[in-house]
Amino acid sequence: MNIKSQKDFFSGLMFLIIGGAFAFGATSYTIGTSARMGPGYFPMLLGVIMAILGAIVLFYSLIVETPDGDPVSSFAWAPILYVLGSNVAFGIMLVGLPAIHLPSSGLFAAIFTLTILASKAGDEFILKEVLILGSILSLISYLAFIVLLKLQMPMWPVYITG
Amino acid sequence: MDLFSNLALGFGAAVTPWNLIYAFIGCLLGTLIGVLPGIGPVATIAMLLPATYALPPLSALIMLAGIYYGAQYGGSTTAILVNLPGEASSVVTTIDGYQMARKGRAGPALAAAGLGSFFAGCIGTLILAAFAPPLTELAFKFGPAEYFSLMILGLIGAVVLASGSLIKAIAMIILGLLMGLIGTDVNSGVARFSFDIPELTDGVGFVVIAMGIFGYGEIISNLSLPDEEREVFTSGVTGLFPTKEDFRNMIPAVLRGTALGSILGVLPGGGALLAAFAAYTVEKKTKLRPGEVPFGQGNIRGVAAPESANNAGAQTSFIPLLTLGIPPNAVMALMVGAMTIHNIQPGPQVMTSNPELFWGLIASMWIGNLMLIILNLPLIGMWIKLLTVPYRFLFPAIVLFCAIGVYSTNNNSFDIWLVAAFGFIGYLFIKLGCEPQPLLLGFILGPMMEENLRRALLLSRGDWTVFVTRPLSGSLLFVSLILLGIVLLPSIKAKREEAFVEE
Repeated sequence: MNIKSQKDFFSGLMFLIIGGAFAFGATSYTIGTSARMGPGYFPMLLGVIMAILGAIVLFYSLIVETPDGDPVSSFAWAPILYVLGSNVAFGIMLVGLPAIHLPSSGLFAAIFTLTILASKAGDEFILKEVLILGSILSLISYLAFIVLLKLQMPMWPVYITG
Repeated sequence: MDLFSNLALGFGAAVTPWNLIYAFIGCLLGTLIGVLPGIGPVATIAMLLPATYALPPLSALIMLAGIYYGAQYGGSTTAILVNLPGEASSVVTTIDGYQMARKGRAGPALAAAGLGSFFAGCIGTLILAAFAPPLTELAFKFGPAEYFSLMILGLIGAVVLASGSLIKAIAMIILGLLMGLIGTDVNSGVARFSFDIPELTDGVGFVVIAMGIFGYGEIISNLSLPDEEREVFTSGVTGLFPTKEDFRNMIPAVLRGTALGSILGVLPGGGALLAAFAAYTVEKKTKLRPGEVPFGQGNIRGVAAPESANNAGAQTSFIPLLTLGIPPNAVMALMVGAMTIHNIQPGPQVMTSNPELFWGLIASMWIGNLMLIILNLPLIGMWIKLLTVPYRFLFPAIVLFCAIGVYSTNNNSFDIWLVAAFGFIGYLFIKLGCEPQPLLLGFILGPMMEENLRRALLLSRGDWTVFVTRPLSGSLLFVSLILLGIVLLPSIKAKREEAFVEE
């Protein structure tokens, strides 16, 4: 048996597994009856429906021909890692990481970290340009979020300003 | 007249110097992000939503309305100048708009889009103000069974009219519904699917999902596309104003587009996309005047009609949200999220309990539209410049907006991890050809649906037939069934697939 549509095959599989997982998870809560629904009733119902839909998608992906096999194109790992990584790094810099007693490094350090990491995701990386971009973004963020919208966040590293 | 005294109340509340400033900032920011190719209104609103937290509710909603219109307008600018639709509803605008730009008539095309949208926005606002009160009356007659069936109709309608693969879209809705259930169950107090993580007992944050899936998911998928030759018409934009001849062609097209858009906008899932497609089709069927440019080669009607229609549709799609509390599309789902954050539960009670906010919001839509026309048309040169800035400078800025947005929601480091996870999931969805919009709708409606199902079945003592035996509920379900049936008819199925392929 050949996979006729890779996209549908994997999305069907995903729905089947997630639906099954939610339905299975729902069994650990009281299901109840339709007149007295427990916390597990609705998730169970939805999980089962979703698993069935997943199975249908999966089934069709194996029998309905598509011209080019509908392949899932390769993952752009570099952008994924840099973009998501820069987001996580920004959070750690701004909020700190209580688990390892890392205090906040402040907004400006966080912005530069994010700008550098995120820029790595693009095709071209010129440090000088990126640093200029970081400075411009710092200024804009300061004016927009701190001055205008009055968001409360540390601006400088806590371990320097105390 | 009630209509006018209501609108007067709204304008009284909305027109304060600060609110006007927020409307201005909203339009500006919305256009700024919306102009960027590949970032549609949903991603734009998700990104900028947190910027409105610190504001009082009405100002926040006014700013959001500005962001929404700005994002939409920005989308059509990109469609005309770069031939890249910023969102699905400006797909048809690219056909004639880009051709006009190539002939050096980008200015009139942009003006036609702007003026048409403004006119449609005015009419849409009036329709909204006129129809909201009677529909609200009707909403009070709804019991839990009717609400449940209405939500089914809304969700089915949303995917039937606006998605590619029907089964996958329905599965995405259910995934959204399930994700909406994560957290403490209001009835039993049991924390569901929270894996003993304290942060998850409050449920997954709405902004986290919207930002992760729409913001980051879209950025990553944009970055992975090859940087193809983006042909931007920067030099050719001279003479913004359409000629007399243009106006003569435009006006009837704008009128038709507005009428069509207003009607289609009220339908669940209809909104802007369907309206724009339908309006373009209608224009194409009407006779060309002597000397008029044929469609597909830069006819101004091909820009004016769909743009008016999508704006009218965008306006009237507020009707189901404000009267019934049910978002008809992903943008409105974001609006619900925004209102909930400000402790407003959208629904029929808003109009009576908080009339200033209700009418203020309606007035603000008109203000948003006006703002756009008086600010953005003169600023068009600036937006064009922005399009020439290399993407490598723009996307770190977008990533930063997202990150600050997440952080400022609740100052909680757990959310930052969660957003990263959803960013990956969002990218995965795009890769697998699963549209994420239905998921957002489901996520918003999940808890509401469960609650109404529970109540309806409690009242009927567990009898499921209550949904079909109550006439109103039964007819709502019947309509959903018909909708599904129509789509599955072979001839319509083929047509529909054709329409979505064009995107």
